[in-house]
Amino acid sequence: MNHAIFERNSIILLIGALIVVSIGGIVEIAPLFYVQSTIEKVQGMRPYSPLELAGRDIYVREGCYNCHSQMIRSLRDEVERYGHYSLAAESMYDYPFQWGSKRTGPDLARVGGKYSDAWHTEHMRDPRSVVPASIMPGYPFLDRTLLDYSNISKRMKALKELGVPYSDEMIASADKDIVAQISPDTKDAKALVARYPKAQVRKFDGQPAAENVEPTELDAVIAYLQMLGTLVDFTKFDASGPNLR
Amino acid sequence: MSHRKTIDEVTGVETTGHVWDGDICELNKPLPRWWLYTFYVSILWSIGYWVVYPAWPTINGYTKGVLNYSQRDQVQQDIEAWKSGHAKYRTQIAEMSLADIRKNDELFQFSIAGGAALFGENCAGCHGRGAQGGIGYPNLNDDDWLWGGDLEKIHQTIAFGIRSGNPKAHDTAMPRFGIDKVLDEAQIRDAANFVRSFSHLDVDQEAAKRGAQIFADNCAACHGDQGKGNQDMGAPNLTDAIWLYGSSQEAVMQSIRTGRGGAMPAWSERLDPVAVKMLTLYVYSLGGAQAEAGSASTPAAAADKPK
Repeated sequence: MNHAIFERNSIILLIGALIVVSIGGIVEIAPLFYVQSTIEKVQGMRPYSPLELAGRDIYVREGCYNCHSQMIRSLRDEVERYGHYSLAAESMYDYPFQWGSKRTGPDLARVGGKYSDAWHTEHMRDPRSVVPASIMPGYPFLDRTLLDYSNISKRMKALKELGVPYSDEMIASADKDIVAQISPDTKDAKALVARYPKAQVRKFDGQPAAENVEPTELDAVIAYLQMLGTLVDFTKFDASGPNLR
Repeated sequence: MSHRKTIDEVTGVETTGHVWDGDICELNKPLPRWWLYTFYVSILWSIGYWVVYPAWPTINGYTKGVLNYSQRDQVQQDIEAWKSGHAKYRTQIAEMSLADIRKNDELFQFSIAGGAALFGENCAGCHGRGAQGGIGYPNLNDDDWLWGGDLEKIHQTIAFGIRSGNPKAHDTAMPRFGIDKVLDEAQIRDAANFVRSFSHLDVDQEAAKRGAQIFADNCAACHGDQGKGNQDMGAPNLTDAIWLYGSSQEAVMQSIRTGRGGAMPAWSERLDPVAVKMLTLYVYSLGGAQAEAGSASTPAAAADKPK
């Protein structure tokens, strides 16, 4: 065993180290990009609607991920409490993903539909008014702050660069879609749902809907929370089979 | 670097033979044997691991291992094993009618215990840990029911929800008399005074008198001529001391202005049918439940805590 040649020549050492590290990379990382079970897609996933996306950005801005995970592990007690375990494909349009690393609060991966909008509104204003033992801070400013969505189409373009399949039509109608999602029974709302299947359309923050009403930040956050985990129909999901679109 | 194995004078330990700058050597201090052998054993162990568990990527997939282990199968097995522990109860609960389960003490107590756990995770967020409710969320311990308090009606409400979007949900909601300009502010004040006079709250008698006609024209269709409410419409009884949104003049006026209509999810969309039945029996056991029509049983008495 003569390793003197590596110890005496830094370039040879460097090349040798590169070779060793790349073997590890090829064996451990490269397969994740082609092995079917790690790139599995699932029926029902779609990109976030503009309002949901804006809500997601507020979720990130307020640091919700510091206390809430969005990742139901495949363990019995988790499935029993939160619902079907999370699939990698359910985070496929998340940049960055919100799996989180710590649960001070409960997991939110399937919180959509679990509470009413009125509950979320009250809970965001003052969490202890509905859950006395909660230690979550209140976010009472959300429903007083109008949503700034002036750059929403740019945000969608950036995500498109990263691989989220926003079509040109989606990006072009982003501003309209934001307002459409809080305006039930309108033509724009119908177009929105056609673009984003299963999108929920209503005035989320409980303030009376009226003509030309502007969305608040709370509308966006609740729209996001109410869609979390609702896109995939797990009655049709087969854990072992292909669920390709 | 040259090779010159010698014994170090100061420590008496052999050097590795590597020499830098003419005289810098390093002592040959090999790993302890026990450590080294443990390392070799763990390499051997990992080979066994490759054989048994999923390990190596291949061109089309990965080696599955002789155990054919998968986390997805594992959690499925865990859930089934857990459910099969209760299978005796679960199959009976799934098949029997609520009224029959209620009469079977063993099943009833099992349902109450399981229902309490489900309630804590799914219902307590709105109705409170003790089902005491709050502003906008009904107290489930009392006998004041919005949509009916017998077994079938509780089950219907839990399974399909209230204004949940489910086709079988309770869907009627109170009109927005103020926002939609059905009534003006003065009329709302009068109507609120009249409504509050039902339960002998301190009201402006003159206004209440004027409100009587407004009530008859706008409210009686759902709440009844006497304000006793109507469980088919989810219209609350206005004559008792229980107020979902508060009994103050301002709160009642706000209710008339904006209408009221809380929402509850359709739990059959999230929970399995056995769980929904167990929750029904738990809520039924809380104390305020109503007997089925034609039955003389007193649910509260039968629901003493299991021991």
